[in-house]
Amino acid sequence: MDPLTGAASPDLRVDIGPLRLRNPVMTASGTFGYGEEFASLVNLNRLGAIIVKGISLEPRRGNPPPRIIETACGMLNAIGLENVGVDRFITEKLPFLRRLETPVIVNILGDSIEEYSRLADKLNYARGIAALEVNISCPNVKKGGVAFGTVPEMATAVTRSVRQATGLPVIIKLSPNVTDIALIARAVEEAGADAISLINTLLGMAVDIRTRRPRLANIFGGLSGPAIKPVALRMVWQAARAVSIPVVGIGGITTVEDALEFLMAGATAVQVGTANFFRPTATEEIVAGLEEFLRQEDLSSVRQLIGSLKTE
Amino acid sequence: MPEFQEKSPVRGREQLTPDVCRLTLHAPKIAEHARPGQFVMARAGATLDPLLRRPFSIHKATGDGLISILFKVVGKGTRLLAAAAESVEIDLIGPLGRGFDTTVAGPHCLIGGGMGIAPLYFLAERLMRAGRQASNPPVLLGAQTQAELLLLAEEFTELGYPVLTATDDGTIGHHGFVTELLDDILPEVQQVYVCGPMPMMRTVALKCRAAGTPCQVSLETHMACGLGACLGCTYPASGGGYLHVCKDGPVCSAEEVTWTL
Repeated sequence: MDPLTGAASPDLRVDIGPLRLRNPVMTASGTFGYGEEFASLVNLNRLGAIIVKGISLEPRRGNPPPRIIETACGMLNAIGLENVGVDRFITEKLPFLRRLETPVIVNILGDSIEEYSRLADKLNYARGIAALEVNISCPNVKKGGVAFGTVPEMATAVTRSVRQATGLPVIIKLSPNVTDIALIARAVEEAGADAISLINTLLGMAVDIRTRRPRLANIFGGLSGPAIKPVALRMVWQAARAVSIPVVGIGGITTVEDALEFLMAGATAVQVGTANFFRPTATEEIVAGLEEFLRQEDLSSVRQLIGSLKTE
Repeated sequence: MPEFQEKSPVRGREQLTPDVCRLTLHAPKIAEHARPGQFVMARAGATLDPLLRRPFSIHKATGDGLISILFKVVGKGTRLLAAAAESVEIDLIGPLGRGFDTTVAGPHCLIGGGMGIAPLYFLAERLMRAGRQASNPPVLLGAQTQAELLLLAEEFTELGYPVLTATDDGTIGHHGFVTELLDDILPEVQQVYVCGPMPMMRTVALKCRAAGTPCQVSLETHMACGLGACLGCTYPASGGGYLHVCKDGPVCSAEEVTWTL
């Protein structure tokens, strides 16, 4: 209820498969640490969900520096999936997250099918996890380093193994570095995903013309930020038309207008990524902005906006 | 440690040289909690290019809610900041990171090179306030040319520190590297604080190691968030793995860092 007018507050709730969120605004993995890093700047209990930094079975050190470089309206990163590993995540990071009212979604990554399923299995026994998001943009070591998410059969195999290993809702995070996103989206839907999220970063690179060296030690990295929003929006639209499970939109979302574009293109929820770095309150501002937009448009629920794009 | 986001109006702007600028900003919460060696993340402008905040070590923090940052214009972000007019609000997050350990007793030496002088003024001011002035060895300041040093050297003198300078072009002080001034002083001191370009800090760190004198270095890297989330601001650690400059630093013991260049 609005305390001044007595009007009912717009309903921001959305369902990501079996997971109900109080609003459709989440934090993208790798841009919000383990939540605690933002606790002094953001009201974490205002968020739809927190998706934590991707976790692997063993801790990973990550790539040598330089790991990040700014580009026009975006940034390239080659962090190398540095993380504390699943055991330390459960003992050191999860206790803080558990005290929040906001659902916690754990992003998992691996370099083999077995690693993904062992991770999913381990996280089954940890209290306080609402869902898993599966990063399938990692290289499959046994297949010569081809990313799982770029071959429908490999995407299917990862999805199936995680699906079988966990009772938690499973969101598969898709790579945009593919020719036909609809094909991959359908493959993971058929393999049992409860939802898909996209896009992960686009592969890119930058050169220092004075030293003639790549600006990232890893030579290439993932492009994120407002620069990739139009590409992400197009892929969300294509994926949403290809599947009947919920789609979570990611890619350069910085303002409420950005979030609305994704919802209208077919996303049930959105993730805010790079914006957290330069505008830590972006998520909260988008939540407030969605309420405001629904009031302006005289809509009772955010669900009325999902897939409402007019194409005739 | 408390961290704040403050819309901080510009209260003063000084052009030290054509490309070195000092901004004074009203950021009362950051000023109150800041410790020497900590930094702020500043957003230059409201558009998406440049996208990221820029890290600046805190150059001064005063009781009247003001902080200063000192920087050289090197790109789009710093150019926008340098052009900020009086009362324009700069969005700041801070104070961030691990500052200098000021509890070490005994005579100390501060060595700053170029914009690395910025955090050392705040450190010197707090060391003085703690009553550490008695016959302390000089502060060593280095820069490309005298224009960069004149005002800064005077301010250290006003605090009560003797100052020795070095310039690349010999226009003031020692003609050469500021690190060359350390040799005579090193035997007298029990603690060295250094901030400047990596090759300079490496030289100082290695001299201190040879002399067995503890040395604190203030590191600088690219950084997207300053909050420990992006994991982009890494530097190789001596024990293997990486330091995250925003959380493990920016001030580290020289012995925590791998000095390969």
